[in-house]
Amino acid sequence: MPLDPAFVGHSYPRSELYQIGREKIREFADAIGDPHPMYRDVDAAKAAGHLDVIAPPTFVMVLFNMYALAAIVEDPGLGLDYDRMVHGDMSFKFVRPVRAGDKLAVTTTIDGIMSRAGNDFLTLRADIETEEGERVVTASAQLVVRAAA
Amino acid sequence: MTEITAGTELPPLDVRVRRADLVRYAGASLDFNPIHWNDRVAEDVGLPGVIAHGMLTMALAGRAVATWAGAADAVVDFSVRFSRPVPVPDDDEGTEIEVSGVLKGETEDGLTQIDITATCHGEKVLSQARAIVRRQRA
Repeated sequence: MPLDPAFVGHSYPRSELYQIGREKIREFADAIGDPHPMYRDVDAAKAAGHLDVIAPPTFVMVLFNMYALAAIVEDPGLGLDYDRMVHGDMSFKFVRPVRAGDKLAVTTTIDGIMSRAGNDFLTLRADIETEEGERVVTASAQLVVRAAA
Repeated sequence: MTEITAGTELPPLDVRVRRADLVRYAGASLDFNPIHWNDRVAEDVGLPGVIAHGMLTMALAGRAVATWAGAADAVVDFSVRFSRPVPVPDDDEGTEIEVSGVLKGETEDGLTQIDITATCHGEKVLSQARAIVRRQRA
């Protein structure tokens, strides 16, 4: 069944705060094979003017998966078929890099829904802010729910 | 980056990706979609088998961008479209992703645009991929 366009513009409640940990950043950097010292070495990050180690740009997916994607997958009203979902596009707009020690909250909004040739296209936006409401990054994805064969 | 010359080709990054890398990335990124580790589910939804996370390919592109920019904190804007899945066979070889880039020039804000290409077996797996990076302090 196609996704209901009435969900366009729908926002989910702001997530809990997620505290970015140094070791989670290192685990992620290892998983993508990126040896850059700013992801692992506090002194290297501080030398570049940061308060703590910073995260690779696509580390933001940890927050996106944990909160934005979870919000729509767990929404029974939306009825998204997770197994049939693939990623269409992805964009990040950074105010500054995510860094260890950040306590970040995610606000998730459905920016668009359309159907074409039996496939559903859903545009999902995650606004990621500090506890104080300072924007750090906005992540936006187009998700494609492939037609059943 | 010392000088901006539009059209300059940036050194490519080749990365071999095996099933174990997908499992590791799934855990690190919290993306547990079974199409990235379970052939049965992947084939059930019409895929050729397990495919790499699109976001792993984007992460490899991000690695290349950090290298090209000369800093890990340079990325201001980063966007890609996933034009083709990257099947990862269940063997010791896996597959290879090649990331290359071209300096596009300077934006109105004095930032640098890099256009990115990522291929697997010679076919583009990312399209409209670009990063806007801050020039590093000299």
